[in-house]
Amino acid sequence: MTDAVVVEGLVKRFGTTTALDGVDLTVAEGSVLGLLGPNGAGKTTVVRILTTLLRADAGRAQVVGLDVVDDAGAVRSAIGLTGQYAAVDEYLTGFENLEMVGRLYRLGRREARARAGELLERFDLTGAADRPAKTYSGGMRRRLDIAASLIARPRVLFLDEPTTGLDPRSRLGMWEFIADLADGGTTILLTTQYLEEADRLADRMVVIDRGRVIARGTADELKAQVGGQRLELTLRDAADVGEAAHRLRPLAIDEPRLDESTRRLSLPVSGGTDDLAEALRLLAGSGVEVLDVGLRRPDLDDVFLTLTGHAAEDGSENEQAGDRTPVGAGEGAA
Amino acid sequence: MTAFGAAVSDGLTITRRNLIKVRRVPDLIVFATLSPIMFVLLFRYVFGGAIGGLPPGISYAEFLLPGIFAQTVVFGSTTTGASIAEDLQKGLIDRFRSLPMARSAVLVGRTVADLGLNAISIAVMALTGLVVGWRINSSFGEAVAGFLVLLVFAYAISWLMAVVGLLVRTPEVVNNASFIVIFPLTFVANTFVPLETFPPVLRTFAEWNPVSAVVQAARELFGNTVPGATVPDVWSLQNPVLYTVIWTALILAVFVPLSVRLYQRTSTR
Repeated sequence: MTDAVVVEGLVKRFGTTTALDGVDLTVAEGSVLGLLGPNGAGKTTVVRILTTLLRADAGRAQVVGLDVVDDAGAVRSAIGLTGQYAAVDEYLTGFENLEMVGRLYRLGRREARARAGELLERFDLTGAADRPAKTYSGGMRRRLDIAASLIARPRVLFLDEPTTGLDPRSRLGMWEFIADLADGGTTILLTTQYLEEADRLADRMVVIDRGRVIARGTADELKAQVGGQRLELTLRDAADVGEAAHRLRPLAIDEPRLDESTRRLSLPVSGGTDDLAEALRLLAGSGVEVLDVGLRRPDLDDVFLTLTGHAAEDGSENEQAGDRTPVGAGEGAA
Repeated sequence: MTAFGAAVSDGLTITRRNLIKVRRVPDLIVFATLSPIMFVLLFRYVFGGAIGGLPPGISYAEFLLPGIFAQTVVFGSTTTGASIAEDLQKGLIDRFRSLPMARSAVLVGRTVADLGLNAISIAVMALTGLVVGWRINSSFGEAVAGFLVLLVFAYAISWLMAVVGLLVRTPEVVNNASFIVIFPLTFVANTFVPLETFPPVLRTFAEWNPVSAVVQAARELFGNTVPGATVPDVWSLQNPVLYTVIWTALILAVFVPLSVRLYQRTSTR
């Protein structure tokens, strides 16, 4: 399989800040790459360089075999971009927006109109086709935006945080559309802060943090990097967290994570349910009162926390709250 | 399609987009025409009686209208800057820059649409003017030339404002900033009062102010001057059409390439 996107040693500085510090990545033709990272990691900068909006200070980037600087014009004909903001003209109707973008991709008038009609139908916007985009909901705008980027059947589609700011229901809908596109053979580079999103949509992932690639591989490969299962306990009394950690230490195959503020303890283990039973036995009679205990397979949150020492959504929305929230960053860092 | 043909076609596509907005938001056009009507009425009836120094044989309405035309179209051109800043803010410029379209199209489409708006403004003002006593006392050809001088100069100002919009990036700031520049530019001129009343330093500025030349050119082309009436003895006002053309060419020569260049490099963040 050939690579639709090749990035080598990409460096970009803004003043004294280094946004990208030597990023390498490839996206195989027809596959979906998830580019993961927290806010400010450099995801958008990568997308902007690949879509010819920004020039790198060093390194090389090719899209469908064309250099993004030397062959910028040809690259633009081959790609579609949906940025973080739904870049649609709010005074134009859905149909007019798509027709305009089609014309600017140099489609003939008739073809631009035909494609606009097709895409409105595909993205469930036919009913709103003749309404100004101003009247659309956030989810509808985002769908219109993606439709616009597909109008000229791009070989590579760039989706920069396509579901940020959407409500959960719109997000699920968007995931289905993206999965359909991927099934149809479009090469997609998708950036996201949501690990769940990457897990669902991407064939491979590249994790970046502070402008550097810190991990890459399939979701399973990344999960394997953080090891197997974790034993997680929530205690009644914060003061017991240290004591419990001490008692359970023999079970842990690596450093346990402690968080007194949430009264939680998390240990990497290898023995499955036997470890669960053993843990309860070790704590029995110690006076440590356990509110909740369970075995959990790692998810990408764990990957992120292990790799970067901070949660993927640090300082941003905390949508995956509840029992999936990783243990506080400071103490658990690997 | 040749590169030039493609650029024209892209420019028209964007012009069409901008004009659709005018159709969808009629308030825009209503206010764009109401304020010049208000200006015509205010100056004609509030200040008209008090402003002296006019050459004998000319009514204030005839003196005033070419001035109001010039002021309004120059202000109208500031729309270009604010609209481009708005497109930048909303991420639309990013989308356009990722498309295989001509690099000039967004700017051409914007300035051409604003030229259209200015033409509508002038038409409304001319009709209002006729009602309050303004008259065209020249040939049809000269009158057309008069309107052209006004519109072409304003078109050049649009490109200057495009640069401001690309640099400033916030529509509100573009508006405020351009007010600070455009107000003195259109008031420290022969727009509303004859230059004879100005203190010396201001008068020299006003004499060489291109807006004065535009106004003087329009007055001459509409026949709103009295033969033999004195025009300040400076080259700019003795040759107002030529002086205006020189300024227009100069502004376009600098700001068209500059704005296209800025557009290529600009982005939302």
